[in-house]
Amino acid sequence: MTNFKVHVRVVPRAGLLDPQGQAVEHALTALGFRHAGGVRIGKAIELQVEAETADAARLQARAMCDKLLANPVTEDYLVEVERG
Amino acid sequence: MKRVAVVRFPGSNCDDDSLQSARRAGAEAYYVWHRETDLQRADAVILPGGFSYGDYLRSGAIARFSPVMASVQRFAQAGGPVLGICNGFQILCEAGMLPGALMRNSRLSFVSRPVALRVEQTDTAFTNLYSRGDLLRMPVAHGEGRYAADAETLRRLEGEGRIVVRYVGLDGGPLAETINGSLDEIAGIASPDGNVVGLMPHPDRAADTALGNTDGLKFFTSVLDWAPARAGAGAG
Repeated sequence: MTNFKVHVRVVPRAGLLDPQGQAVEHALTALGFRHAGGVRIGKAIELQVEAETADAARLQARAMCDKLLANPVTEDYLVEVERG
Repeated sequence: MKRVAVVRFPGSNCDDDSLQSARRAGAEAYYVWHRETDLQRADAVILPGGFSYGDYLRSGAIARFSPVMASVQRFAQAGGPVLGICNGFQILCEAGMLPGALMRNSRLSFVSRPVALRVEQTDTAFTNLYSRGDLLRMPVAHGEGRYAADAETLRRLEGEGRIVVRYVGLDGGPLAETINGSLDEIAGIASPDGNVVGLMPHPDRAADTALGNTDGLKFFTSVLDWAPARAGAGAG
């Protein structure tokens, strides 16, 4: 078994209203970052898993996302795995 | 006397309001701690408002895996009436017992004030003593109450008459501005058989003459004599 470090990014599903992202985008514009846009605010979750392979670790992480870490109705997620 | 179980999670804070409301309605109401699995011969279950698990991750996301929830799901599948108020509604959605999700209010602020609701569906365990079109006043107090669902879910809710209450203006007309950005101003919905109901506003805070408002009391009296009328309901 190997230790893997898992990075999970949970983001609001494209097309759904993200009022936090909108508020931050307005603030960025007000600060003079006129070329910034498309701000979406989600969550970053880091965790470690033990698995035989990186693929097995990724499968475990995806199962965690499907069950708990992301809401399937409103959020999408991305999983990245590296040797920990 | 009908027995009403009020589930307490760590972070519940309207558990006493729900318990007292059920008692005023004439039920024998008692608490069930979220780590228990025995609903103690409940005739109805209430998931109260509050901030279970500090709303960590998402409102209701962790509470929905509390040991008691497997029992609540079995109870509901057998036709048992379950009412989720505010955080309880969020837990029911997270558990997949009601469709859709409750997201951050569209204007980001926590909204805590009285609102007006129109009763849209009375064929449920918790609204059968109201009349369709009744105007109710009761408070909301939430930061994540924006009801969201995909177009297909919304069509199904509409088609099956499962939208129970909607936000309206205080005079019953259209809202001057949205309460929280909910899809179609939906404030509460029901399961297909009407035995599971969830809503963001607080009938439990509008069920006591001492507070000057009893508009919410019928949520608690309705369930006492409720017999599921729809096909497939009331299997046990």
